[in-house]
Amino acid sequence: MKIGVLVQEGPYNHEASDSAYKFIEAAMAKGHTIQGVFFYDDGVYNVASKMEPPQDDRHIAKRWSELGAKGVDLIVCVAAAKRRGINPDLIMPNSRISGLGQLSEMCTEADRLITFGD
Amino acid sequence: MLHIVSRSPFSDDSLKSCVRIAKKDDPILLTEDAVTGVMPGSAVASLLQDAMKSHAVYALSADLKARGVDRMLDGIKVVDYAGFVELVEQHKPMTWL
Repeated sequence: MKIGVLVQEGPYNHEASDSAYKFIEAAMAKGHTIQGVFFYDDGVYNVASKMEPPQDDRHIAKRWSELGAKGVDLIVCVAAAKRRGINPDLIMPNSRISGLGQLSEMCTEADRLITFGD
Repeated sequence: MLHIVSRSPFSDDSLKSCVRIAKKDDPILLTEDAVTGVMPGSAVASLLQDAMKSHAVYALSADLKARGVDRMLDGIKVVDYAGFVELVEQHKPMTWL
């Protein structure tokens, strides 16, 4: 099954980012394809490359980037990013900035779209 | 349709709205702070008990454990992330935010 994931909350906020990640891990373990992860609103901070969490904490941006390296398409909403001062130089490797069209494409192509937010 | 509720039912109306709107037999999954609603004797106990008459109500085990919730209303089904994925396989998900 193809699953699209929408993340609307920033990292280290409540739990959306962690829940989304754990859901994706479980879905991939079951052999599902993650059609893409779309970061919207404050969710764009999930892949901010300048993030430096304490060493004993999870590195959320790195975790997403590693998922991207496995072939998961990580899409950062351009409008949400621009509003928040995030430009293409400030996002993690294996993620990309694109528009809402990508989200609607994900909605039509995936069998499921699941939202994690605040 | 799978209804996913993540907000605490003690500070937000999403669980209440979900129960009101969800069609009969639609499953409801409680995640994150919403899992605290399953504790017996809470202000939302009767809401959940009524909901369980027409919906399967699930709670995510990792989130229950993170909050130390070890007592719950009869009838609540506990699922792990693999079970969460299975629910999404069976139903299109809708998150109440």
